[in-house]
Amino acid sequence: MGDVLVFAEHQKGKFPKTTLVSVAAGREAAQKTGGACHAVVLGKNVDAVANELAGYGVKTVYAVDDDALEHYVADAYTEALAEVVKQKGIDLVVATSTAVGKDLLPRLAAKLGAGMASDVTAFHEDGTMERPMYAGNAIATIQIEGSPKVVSVRGTAFDAAKKEGQAQVEKLSVSLDPSRLKTKFVDFNETKSDRPVLTEARIVVSGGRGLKNGENFQTYLEPLCEVLGAAMGASRAAVDAGFVPNDLQVGQTGKVVAPTLYVAVGISGAIQHLAGMKDSKVIVAINKDGEAPIFSVADYGLVADLFKAVPELTEELKKLKSH
Amino acid sequence: MKILVPAKRVPDPNSTIKVKPDGSGIVTDNLKWVINPFDEIAIEEGLRIKEKSGPAEVVLVSIGSKAASEQLRTGLAMGADRAILVLSEEAIDSLAVARVLAKIVETEQIELVLMGKQAIDADSNQAGQMLAELLGWPQATFASKIELGDGRAKVTREVDGGLETLDLALPAVITTDLRLNEPRYASLPGIMKARKKELKEVPIADLGVDAAPKLKVLRMVPPAKREGGRKVENVHELVQSLHNEAKVI
Ligand SMILES: Cc1cc2nc3c(=O)[nH]c(=O)nc-3n(C[C@H](O)[C@H](O)[C@H](O)COP(=O)(O)OP(=O)(O)OC[C@H]3O[C@@H](n4cnc5c(N)ncnc54)[C@H](O)[C@@H]3O)c2cc1C
Ligand SMILES: Nc1ncnc2c1ncn2[C@@H]1O[C@H](COP(=O)(O)O)[C@@H](O)[C@H]1O
Repeated sequence: MGDVLVFAEHQKGKFPKTTLVSVAAGREAAQKTGGACHAVVLGKNVDAVANELAGYGVKTVYAVDDDALEHYVADAYTEALAEVVKQKGIDLVVATSTAVGKDLLPRLAAKLGAGMASDVTAFHEDGTMERPMYAGNAIATIQIEGSPKVVSVRGTAFDAAKKEGQAQVEKLSVSLDPSRLKTKFVDFNETKSDRPVLTEARIVVSGGRGLKNGENFQTYLEPLCEVLGAAMGASRAAVDAGFVPNDLQVGQTGKVVAPTLYVAVGISGAIQHLAGMKDSKVIVAINKDGEAPIFSVADYGLVADLFKAVPELTEELKKLKSH
Repeated sequence: MKILVPAKRVPDPNSTIKVKPDGSGIVTDNLKWVINPFDEIAIEEGLRIKEKSGPAEVVLVSIGSKAASEQLRTGLAMGADRAILVLSEEAIDSLAVARVLAKIVETEQIELVLMGKQAIDADSNQAGQMLAELLGWPQATFASKIELGDGRAKVTREVDGGLETLDLALPAVITTDLRLNEPRYASLPGIMKARKKELKEVPIADLGVDAAPKLKVLRMVPPAKREGGRKVENVHELVQSLHNEAKVI
């Protein structure tokens, strides 16, 4: 079996946890199939991030520096990444299914004529892999034929890679065909928040339609998040209604999280929501309807009016913290 | 402008999905089938572009069994102009879907492809990006807003940590996210009209593309069941349990 290449996404000179997860997944895949695991960073002025990445137990870090790679856009990144795959004779490309990973990897697969599996949760020694389908109602064992192959991994299925060794950094230059670059980055409207990142937090507090409006997210959920040091999440219904920004959506078609503690407030527990949180270690549900499906996955269920229970909970937690 | 909207037949998102005891797939008896919800959003967007920006044709395409003509009729009833059903009994992967779509884009001289970001059965989220690459077109995935003008598209995308805006040269592939629009229902007159609209069937073999899947599903099992917990009486008991029993706070 050949070598693995991890596409290492970086933001503002740093690696989010999701990148370290992809490194761990790539190392595991390489170990299971007997190849070496390398990683690649693309961007402009990437020396520092490349050196940082070299400390996470990969064999080589390839660094590609190009003005056209300053902002992530699918066409330019596909061209660059495909060249690295070809130059280095890579067998398996791995990245986490973040927004960038989801956007980039299928395009890369098409360019390479490679088969692709999304959201892989396990690698086996015989080269087969596992991935959820049907909103997690089925776990499939899959096989990708041919080489190279492309795989996105689920951010919750692997632990983040730990510091280990110092790999060699190899600078590569690629030639980007300007006629293939047809996308202009215009701007990024960042959601301002003091809360931890949803996919990195140890505790997540999510609100649903039961919150009734965006103001109530501020008055009721924000203080609870604050005392728990939690990230805020939401159901699709809450996002659709405009209570909170889009990128807080947890679920089949939003973000998948698996924190140590997940608190679902005023969320019914539709299968699409469960798909994004049911692997959390401990789940708490607060809902006034004792029959709500969310209780079927909750370790601790509280049947109560959230507008009464949440402020009480926040107060009790404050007391607990001050002891 | 000629707009292509691929539409997949998938189980209704509200249905209960069970894995067959032999692990060969899911139980399909008594399932209700619908247009993939993200594709419905794409159809709606195509219709709005046509209504707003004048002369346009919205062409639907589905790859699947004859049964998918039901979903194509629904799309025609929403207002699409005509439909193509690429007949394939075999399950195919997203790369093969993209190859078939690329062929249709060429023969139909399509200028814009609007499609779902993800089919909610296999949950792959791949075909749109693959199609864009095969055509050498730019892509904007996870769109929550599309503005067309001057041979370009300005697209706002739902990405991690916020909203990104891209400016693309047309032709392009754009994939839809949930907040792009709210699809209309087919009206009764729409349903009547749809019966007379063209729905052309083409066997996949006639297209001359390599549609052999590289991604193979070997077997399926149901997910591990989560042990149910218990109900607590009040907030105090909840906090004590989390602190002393689960030890997570
Ligand atoms: C294609 C597709 C993709 C989807 N993707 C996702 C996804 O990724 N994530 C997702 O979450 N959903 C997704 N959905 C939507 C999903 O099916 C549900 O509609 C949605 O999760 C419901 O959100 P909710 O639980 O907030 O609202 P509801 O189902 O309306 O539930 C509100 C809950 O609040 C409770 N409540 C109301 N008032 C109070 C109160 N005062 N105190 C306590 N409890 C109260 C009610 O009892 C109820 O249980 C998707 C749907 C489709 C079709
Ligand atoms: N069999 C199919 N027929 C028509 N369109 C499809 C088919 N499979 C996938 N698509 C399109 O590709 C999108 C992404 O699918 P996927 O890559 O399978 O998640 C869907 O939303 C559809 O628009």
